[in-house]
Amino acid sequence: MEAILIEGTPKTPTVNFNAQEGKFEIKGRSIPENSIEFYKPLVDWLDKYASNPLDKTEVNIQLEYFNTSSSKCILDVFKKLEKVSQGNKEIVINWFYEEDDEDMLEAGEDYQSILRIPFKMIEIGEE
Amino acid sequence: MKSNENNTNNFELEKWFSSQLLGEVLFSYKGNISPSLITEILETIENELGKKEEKMKIKKRVYNILVEALQNLYHHIDSTPQEKLSLGERFIVFIISKDGESYRIITGNFIKINKVRLLKDRIDQVNYLSVEERKALYKLILNNQEFSEKGGGGLGIIDIARRISTDLNYNFFRYDDEYAFFALHVEI
Repeated sequence: MEAILIEGTPKTPTVNFNAQEGKFEIKGRSIPENSIEFYKPLVDWLDKYASNPLDKTEVNIQLEYFNTSSSKCILDVFKKLEKVSQGNKEIVINWFYEEDDEDMLEAGEDYQSILRIPFKMIEIGEE
Repeated sequence: MKSNENNTNNFELEKWFSSQLLGEVLFSYKGNISPSLITEILETIENELGKKEEKMKIKKRVYNILVEALQNLYHHIDSTPQEKLSLGERFIVFIISKDGESYRIITGNFIKINKVRLLKDRIDQVNYLSVEERKALYKLILNNQEFSEKGGGGLGIIDIARRISTDLNYNFFRYDDEYAFFALHVEI
């Protein structure tokens, strides 16, 4: 599968999906007015990956901000990743949040409670 | 005062707007809403917040609420009443200020009278819930509800409410037989 590489903008995140390495990253801000437009190709891509995933998949989510429109799309992303774990394959979601950003930690915990895939909450110290 | 339905037919937009400019106003706007306006407001406020001696957590909370408040307007606004069209077809009012220890975000927009009841009920319901219940409702909608035809997730109001521990304050001012003016006040 061809990798997805999208550069971030003030309203959309940097995306780096590499099927060869089983490493997926979403990083930055996700606050577009129309998030479906942005996430639909990603969700479709993950759907394909989930039908034949590597033994180990690592997902890094490092968001500074996301809006409620994105929150549903991000859940769709996770639901595709949930499919990966159903075939006895290993998957881990690393949810990064900045030190002191309780809201972002809580957002990660919300997803964790909805989904059946392991989440690792990782605090990033202030630079 | 939690809510107020003003039934007199003499809402004066300019007067109301001026009366809302309290404290240190970081940004105020009256006019059309568009994605580029939202981007501009967000950039400006992010810069302004950057200059403040404030906990990162609070700055991020203000920014998040700002995004939701503006995008709520963008997704749900009704067109402007005919005689006010000179103001812009998708007219909104937006003010963010710092007053004492707290930040205040005010948005205003015209709304068809027949939609007032639904919106009022929705806000009242959210206000009635505790912070924990707001969180639970957020998760329920996140997981169960489809996108609305307007592209919103149906989560804007509840997302704002769960980030503050107080109530969402609002006013509906009757404008004419067809329209009301809806003002939302969020204290952070």
